[in-house]
Amino acid sequence: MTPKDGAAPHAELIGATRTESRRLMEQWWQNLEAAENEGRPVANVFVMGSLAEILATFDIPMSFPEITSLQTAVRGKSMDYLTAAEDYGYSPDICGYVKVDVGVHLKGREHPNGKLPKPSLVVSPNTCNTYIKWSEIWERIYGCPVFVLDLPGWRGTAAAGMTLEDFERDRAYVEGQLRELIALCEQVTGTPFDIDRLREVMGEVNELSELYQQVLAENRHHPAPFDAMLEGLNFMGIANAYRGVPEGTEFLRIALAELRERVRLGMGAIPEEKYRLLLIGTACYSHFRRFLELFHGWGGVFVHSEYMSFGGGGIDRGIAYDLDRPIESLAEQILSSSGKCFSGIFFSQDWQADIVGGWDIDGICYHGIKSCRTVSTGLPDTREWQMREHDIPGLFIQSDLVDARLWSDAQMKNRVDAFFEALASRKAQARR
Amino acid sequence: MDDELAQIFDECRELVEDTDFPAVRRWLAANPDGKVLGHFQVYFPEELAHAAGMLPIKILGGPSSLQIRQADARFAAFVCSIIRSSLELALTDKVDFLSLFVTHPICDAARHSCGVWARNLPDLPCQILYLPHNVRSAYARDYLEGEYRRIAGIIEDVTGRPVTDEALRASIEVFNENRRLLRELYRIKRETPWLVSCVEAYLLTRTGALMPREEHSNLLRRALPLLQAREAKPQDKIRVVFEGGFCEQPPLEMLSVIQDACYVVDDDLMIGLRWLVEDVPADGDPFAALAEAYIERSSYSPVQRDPEKPKEEMLIRRIREANAEAAIVAAAKMCEPGLEEQVAYSRALDEAEIPHLVMEFEEKTNVFEQVRMEVETFAESLLFEFA
Ligand code: SF4
Ligand code: SF4
Repeated sequence: MTPKDGAAPHAELIGATRTESRRLMEQWWQNLEAAENEGRPVANVFVMGSLAEILATFDIPMSFPEITSLQTAVRGKSMDYLTAAEDYGYSPDICGYVKVDVGVHLKGREHPNGKLPKPSLVVSPNTCNTYIKWSEIWERIYGCPVFVLDLPGWRGTAAAGMTLEDFERDRAYVEGQLRELIALCEQVTGTPFDIDRLREVMGEVNELSELYQQVLAENRHHPAPFDAMLEGLNFMGIANAYRGVPEGTEFLRIALAELRERVRLGMGAIPEEKYRLLLIGTACYSHFRRFLELFHGWGGVFVHSEYMSFGGGGIDRGIAYDLDRPIESLAEQILSSSGKCFSGIFFSQDWQADIVGGWDIDGICYHGIKSCRTVSTGLPDTREWQMREHDIPGLFIQSDLVDARLWSDAQMKNRVDAFFEALASRKAQARR
Repeated sequence: MDDELAQIFDECRELVEDTDFPAVRRWLAANPDGKVLGHFQVYFPEELAHAAGMLPIKILGGPSSLQIRQADARFAAFVCSIIRSSLELALTDKVDFLSLFVTHPICDAARHSCGVWARNLPDLPCQILYLPHNVRSAYARDYLEGEYRRIAGIIEDVTGRPVTDEALRASIEVFNENRRLLRELYRIKRETPWLVSCVEAYLLTRTGALMPREEHSNLLRRALPLLQAREAKPQDKIRVVFEGGFCEQPPLEMLSVIQDACYVVDDDLMIGLRWLVEDVPADGDPFAALAEAYIERSSYSPVQRDPEKPKEEMLIRRIREANAEAAIVAAAKMCEPGLEEQVAYSRALDEAEIPHLVMEFEEKTNVFEQVRMEVETFAESLLFEFA
């Protein structure tokens, strides 16, 4: 397999992705601080429906409080902020991300990575109800406009499912709201809406989605070239922060080139891949290394995760924006990707079973986040359903994204070890 | 007179605590091919079911006597009790009479529980009625009208009976009447709280969720004059508003502990049954009228954002309009929206210098010494302050 002309020579491919993602994340922070210093408006947005397509059209930098919150945990600093929010009155049982963010705002927006900008605008989809409550906290502190984008989601089960007429009604509602958001952005920035710029941004997202799917598909190989709970987190982070701009698309090209090179060299994400896993839930950022260690120690690698779907902005099922009718198509595509990737997580057993087949997966790890009901509420039920309906072995463990108090090492280790012992005996029987 | 009232309250208490839903089973016995729609908290436009001859009842968890054996294994750790006990009712066939279950996007746990119900009860259609979160969009009302028509279509599939405009207007009148009677009950509570205790008013309200609405209106028409005619003297108790009963319900014993020390002159208990605060207009398109009423003629709660009704301002207005001196700001354990609003409420009440007590509860608590001590100290401190 000779490298395509212009592609970096082999040696430089390996490790290029991590270097580029570190550069881009630092640049993202620098852009936020520069906007704050120059008095340019910054928008607080969320990964499950950032509306980067519209914000990038107005060059409004996006601050992702979910990302800035997890960054404090990765640096081992989340508990200072979290306890500050609890001293202020927030309950130990609510979303850890919200409390870490409140803690940062209470401490003058001083974040380990830099000075968090003040939001001049908040775009909050309804894909997590806590997004809306979180937005109301900034609204009270800063008096900034909060735009709730209502994406009517998965409607449940009924003999007659959603009709085309129902979907068109939802789409028209979303389109109307997008036009209202565009008017708000014109007001906040004082610049007129440029529909051609929107087409450009949407074209980039079409490509970003295509590349993201190809990146995911590389993990169909044995061994899988990346771990969804390690390198995958960088792919998600950049796909969110640089959605709709060339650096984001270019980053995924670099990642894809490296992954293909690894596949060519037979280089797996871990030295000796023995078990291929799907993760449902999210990472644990307060014990990030330890979580992976528990699995990698057994030769277990996460070849896919639902987190790379909803946490990556819902671009993994394909986005096909029609640039001839940008706003209508934006409404349609955001609504359908939200239905599949965001509210779809409440009833995703069939998607999970397809991934298990397509990526040749041995078992599913359901990682519940105690303070996140959006991701965790029905995980034990889904695990039991998969075992009953598809005989897919599943592990259910619980910790938290950022609250170190909710991690119990002994319990996690016992459950993970027991799971792998069960997988080992299953493999042994299969060989007999 | 008082023994007739005592009998009414006993019947109401039995109904509220009986997880076999006797009033529903009586209705089914009288209407053998009748269908029942179960709707989760907070608000559901029950007129849509009523107009097709379907009985709408509220699925809102269970009393502390309900043992949760099967549901706990379905859910992750930090999930509130009402979600668990509601599923327990379904898994133990207590609500086997349901032909349709509907929940709402009030919180992430409630949206998830639709998936859990659907996986565990494959023969029961489980739906989410997507009430709008962007109510101030110019496009919200048309969207909501369409969403009501969508659910009406599913009700027609289930019952085989059309939801005509005419039938819907008649149902709107039935529920307008019931809401008027509930407003009258709450007027008595506000103006003469010594005539009806917090628990009594609560029992009279909550039974509405468990029986045909016409039967409930008859019950209220019987009870209200008896309350008015009661001989009771005002006591020296502080007037408080209880806030935090919009979804998971506090146990009856907790309400009685509170009423021993204070007059609860207004609250958000079972607010879903009282969400519409005025009559729904009977003229014009009834679907549009219901959608407009949800947005423009409605109360407030932590699970419905409306930038024109900031919740802390609405709470302070409820306190002022009830002429209350203080508030009890409660939240159900593990209830994300309730616990977050509690912080905003207590900050706003501090600023408005309105004394308030912050507490948590769970529907299945059965130990009340601590609550009693907190409420009594709170009430005494206020009496002393106002004395
Ligand atoms: S509840 Fe979960 S999905 Fe929602 S903001 Fe918190 S961590 Fe994110
Ligand atoms: S009590 Fe709170 S968390 Fe539980 S279902 Fe009701 S709103 Fe949701």
